[in-house]
Amino acid sequence: MKINSLAWVAVAVSALLFAGCSGFGSKPDDGVTVEDRSSSGATTSGAGAGGAWTGNPLDDPNSLLSTKTVYFEYDQSTIRSEFVDVLRAHAGYLNTNRSAHVRIEGHADERGSREYNIGLGERRANAVKSFLEAEGVSSAQIDTISYGEERPASLGHDEISWAENRRAVLVY
Amino acid sequence: MKKLIYPFVLLLLSVHAHASSLTIEITQGLEGALPIAVVPFAWRGDAANPPPHEVGGVVAADLQRSGRFKPLPDSQMLARPSRAEEVDFRDWRAVNVENLVIGEVSPNGPGGYLVKFYLYDVFRGEQITGYSMPTTAADLRSTAHHIADIIYETLTGEPGAFATRIAYVTSLRSGSGKNIKERVELRIADADGYAPQTIVSSDEPIMSPAWSPDGRQLAYVSFENAQPSIWVQEVLTGKREKLTSFKGINGAPAWSPDGRYLALTLSKDGNPDIYVMDIARRSLRKLTRHGAIDTEPAWSPDGRTLVFTSDRGGKPQIYRVSVGGGEPERVTFDGDYNARASYSPDGRLLTMVTGVGGAYRIATLDLQTRDFRVLSTGRLDESPSFAPNGSMIIYATRVADKGVLAAVSTDGRVQQRLRLQEGDVREPVWSPHQQQQRSR
Repeated sequence: MKINSLAWVAVAVSALLFAGCSGFGSKPDDGVTVEDRSSSGATTSGAGAGGAWTGNPLDDPNSLLSTKTVYFEYDQSTIRSEFVDVLRAHAGYLNTNRSAHVRIEGHADERGSREYNIGLGERRANAVKSFLEAEGVSSAQIDTISYGEERPASLGHDEISWAENRRAVLVY
Repeated sequence: MKKLIYPFVLLLLSVHAHASSLTIEITQGLEGALPIAVVPFAWRGDAANPPPHEVGGVVAADLQRSGRFKPLPDSQMLARPSRAEEVDFRDWRAVNVENLVIGEVSPNGPGGYLVKFYLYDVFRGEQITGYSMPTTAADLRSTAHHIADIIYETLTGEPGAFATRIAYVTSLRSGSGKNIKERVELRIADADGYAPQTIVSSDEPIMSPAWSPDGRQLAYVSFENAQPSIWVQEVLTGKREKLTSFKGINGAPAWSPDGRYLALTLSKDGNPDIYVMDIARRSLRKLTRHGAIDTEPAWSPDGRTLVFTSDRGGKPQIYRVSVGGGEPERVTFDGDYNARASYSPDGRLLTMVTGVGGAYRIATLDLQTRDFRVLSTGRLDESPSFAPNGSMIIYATRVADKGVLAAVSTDGRVQQRLRLQEGDVREPVWSPHQQQQRSR
């Protein structure tokens, strides 16, 4: 099944915007936990470029932390390289704020059977959880739930909507 | 494609519009449908106080919906007999009907009725069968469906499935953008779409309804309190009980044919596997152990085997495992996506969702001949469920961006669509046969 390439350009571009210039250069996780790296991505106080952010760091539009959704390929649960920095930023935040708690919601597009899609959504939520744990986050800080295809972000029935629905969302 | 909107159902709909009934249209009928005449049943009581439903009309609508009968329109009837002695077979030979049904409804104590009907072979000029059935105002439609079942079985040799119900999930979204609200309901309606009742309603997803074999209970998955749980609810009283609420997935409940066990999917050990629960003891037995997604269990009619969906081979396919355990064997090899299988009542066929060139459609697999047939033509078809007589498969599809239900005869020749007025409808499951007393 071919994915509409335009959709992916859109997602990739937005990911690049959030990731700044470092997006594709960094290596995937490989089970290495490097604390420096995670803290470099996470700006907990929001100080710096663009003026001081005084609100919750998770809402700072200049921070990778404001990105809370990662997307997946059809029937896949592999973390795509463009989301590695986003997830490292979240790992950094959770490592710095040990009392913080995140719930990872896994979702699937509407194609195929509903309960299989529940399984697929769980696999995606677990992929994000494993990534965060590999970055040093305590499993006690993470919950997962799969909504399968039951809670679409986009209500269309085409490749673009499906791409927006194959996702995991970090909810603090 | 032949399109027949059945006027009787529409008429009722206008009266009960607020109840949001399912409207049924036959989108493809059968060429060789049997011509039959069902004369409106006579009322023997107070003319000012007739029964709430016209029994003959309900019977005719059922027979027509099956696609195997072509009832004569009332306007073409040359006579309106309701008693044996009023039948003149020449009236019916003249309009080429092979069978004739007549009947009457009489008062039978407070709130009660006695329904009598006779089925005739027009060309032989003789009665084939006849029954007398006591009923009540509340059960009058059900009695009519039982009459349709008797006629269907007598003339086709196969049991009918008119006196049954369907459970289904509806979804109504309101608002827009980030503020979309969704109201999800689990409903039950008669198999002709009449008398829908909401049995659970929630802002969170409701999924995977499953009838108990006696038709008295429904198991389903509800995400209320932001956690998926399997519930079992009595249809009549609404009394319900939470069966499982483990960490992770609690999904895909399926009753064993004897009603003692529930097969289900849990991921409490890290990934989805099939379990069997002894309902009375609440004890769990793990049936599959694999790192893949194992889900959507369904029992064989003899209760000895389960089929389930697994992507252990890389893509979702149907596997089969003995209820005692052991190594599952792969069942489906057609296409690279097969999921949510269930057995036909005779155990001969599996119906499932199959991926066909980017579309998802309803298919059957003959377990003996390996004959694999794609029966539906949609792009996003899912959730197939056999009628308890095995004649039809009901499933969910999309038409003009709306989730609707459709049904197809197991041979693929008859197609129907069941449409809800507002919102989406999905996950239909056909109830087992329901019992009712009758006397010859």
